[in-house]
Amino acid sequence: MKLLVCISNVPDTTTKVKFTDNQTRFDSSGVQWIINPWDELALTRAVDLKEDGSNPINEVVVITVGLTNTEPTLRKCLAIGADKAIRIDTEPKDAYFVSQQIASYVKTNAFDFVIFGIESGDYNGSSVGAMVAEWLDIPSVSSVSGIRFNGNQALIERDTPTGKEQIEVNGTAVLVVQKGFAKEPKIPNMRGIMMARQKPLEVIPAVAAEALTNYVGFELPQPKAKVKMIDADNMAELVKLLSTEAKVL
Amino acid sequence: MSVLVYIENFNGKIKKQSFELASYASKVAAGMDTFPLALVTGKIDDSELQKLGSYGIKKTFKAENKFFSVQNDRLLAQLIKQVAEKEQAELLLFSDNATGKALAPRLSVKLKAGLVSGVVAEPISISPFVIAKRVFSGKASAKVQINAPIKILTLAVNAFGLHEQAVNNEITTIEPNFDLNDESLKIVEKKEKNEGISLFDADIVVSGGRGMKGPENWKPLEELAKTLGAATACSRPVSDDGWRGHEEHVGQTGKVIAPNLYLAVGISGATQHVAGISRSKCIVAINNDADAPIFEVADYGVLGDAMQVLPKLTEAFNAFKGE
Ligand SMILES: Cc1cc2nc3c(=O)[nH]c(=O)nc-3n(C[C@H](O)[C@H](O)[C@H](O)COP(=O)(O)OP(=O)(O)OC[C@H]3O[C@@H](n4cnc5c(N)ncnc54)[C@H](O)[C@@H]3O)c2cc1C
Ligand SMILES: Nc1ncnc2c1ncn2[C@@H]1O[C@H](COP(=O)(O)O)[C@@H](O)[C@H]1O
Repeated sequence: MKLLVCISNVPDTTTKVKFTDNQTRFDSSGVQWIINPWDELALTRAVDLKEDGSNPINEVVVITVGLTNTEPTLRKCLAIGADKAIRIDTEPKDAYFVSQQIASYVKTNAFDFVIFGIESGDYNGSSVGAMVAEWLDIPSVSSVSGIRFNGNQALIERDTPTGKEQIEVNGTAVLVVQKGFAKEPKIPNMRGIMMARQKPLEVIPAVAAEALTNYVGFELPQPKAKVKMIDADNMAELVKLLSTEAKVL
Repeated sequence: MSVLVYIENFNGKIKKQSFELASYASKVAAGMDTFPLALVTGKIDDSELQKLGSYGIKKTFKAENKFFSVQNDRLLAQLIKQVAEKEQAELLLFSDNATGKALAPRLSVKLKAGLVSGVVAEPISISPFVIAKRVFSGKASAKVQINAPIKILTLAVNAFGLHEQAVNNEITTIEPNFDLNDESLKIVEKKEKNEGISLFDADIVVSGGRGMKGPENWKPLEELAKTLGAATACSRPVSDDGWRGHEEHVGQTGKVIAPNLYLAVGISGATQHVAGISRSKCIVAINNDADAPIFEVADYGVLGDAMQVLPKLTEAFNAFKGE
């Protein structure tokens, strides 16, 4: 079986975000770029499944839609244990655009599962995975919190609003993963980092596609009013303020 | 022309999020000189559906087929497309939850509609269509323009509130006209849990961090939650270490919630934690370190030991309720 893990290249989660060009563009100066945390967990689980040996997985490929600046992130994916990295060479304009790029690659390169994170940490779209499933007209499983194999049969665990479900999937499917899929991201070791240099990183051209949305401006939140400290021995005061001032009781 | 909202129900009861979405739809539809329609799937009584009329919904379609009682995104999306096309919907609305996140992108592809997810307010302008959404996990907001005749939005939970506006709601049953035999997904096991108040629906959330010191200390926190009718939550290390269940984890890599009141107890306020709670209307922090970053995002702060403050706070709330 072949797994494709889709990787979004995002600013480190502790980044202080800033904008330039009259607040119309994200200011990437000094920003540290990382594998989107959800995608990192997805990749971790995919690599674990393959390395475990008792599962029918023989290849893990990562893909990103992005310019050359995303290559260090792809190298890190290779160091974590992906076998091959694909970069579709274009600026990721919006989810509608990115999803067509990924779908076009999957159409000519068969995979059993195409795995996505629930959202990218930058623009928080939560869209690319389900869009790819629709372009390919294949099933998708959302809120995936686990995957295991029974011989060649994959069993997918997903969270529902009222509990959990185990699902059997027949044929290629999109998985959109969330918490629980893997616990801690895999840290690449020295050997992984060395091996990553030899692994293939293919750059392929983009297909013609449209974007349907564009960002016209950004705003930072208003600075918050200073916290009001309440004496620990006067909880009645806090309750009063919550009721009369904040009006949340 | 119309605005179409997808309404979710839980065992025949409409979710609060869906009433909020209906309120939003009515408001936005008025601004677009059109009217809001609702689509509901699964088994649900007309008396329950009538409630949508209280939030301005003029017409409700229901599709009862048993296939729509399970989440098969592919089939649901086909049904929504049929209704959207028939009713010439120019705007489709979903809640920004697991269901909305699964369906809205599929409809975007099917209808070549521009999608913006996690919107927090009414459109800034209709033509061109510009709307605000949160980005960078709440660290900023963005204005996004949709350049397509059909638009789709998912509305962040608790961003708009409930606004009553009673109208007459006409209910129509519809039959989908496509093949419902999709065998690609098979549910082999279903586990239901009784988790009390769901984190997403709760008006008040009481949340504990590593400052609680250990799972055995959660009793006073649970008591406070019970007094307030609140849901309980926790920081990531707390769920990673198994002190609490994973369903309680909030933050960038957990749930993103927006209650009216969030009480953070023994939580330092790391940026990844704040990403999950920053849209709360009011944040109260209890922490024994005056320099804890949580005090920078909190509205009210209490400097002290959690174990001592929690019972006092519960007592104060009880006294307040008694008044
Ligand atoms: C990619 C990534 C994603 C992450 N996602 C999340 C996420 O989704 N959610 C999340 O929560 N974290 C997340 N984290 C982890 C985050 O960075 C912090 O490590 C975490 O939030 C800290 O949890 P905490 O506040 O419970 O513990 P700590 O940081 O250890 O803080 C404990 C606090 O309790 C206080 N305290 C101690 N004793 C007492 C007492 N007796 N009474 C009162 N207060 C006391 C201390 O002063 C301190 O402020 C993520 C990290 C990364 C790198
Ligand atoms: N530019 C991209 N290249 C490859 N995969 C992406 C890209 N952007 C998003 N994804 C994938 O889609 C998921 C959801 O992203 P989004 O819809 O942008 O929130 C991410 O977790 C990734 O798995």
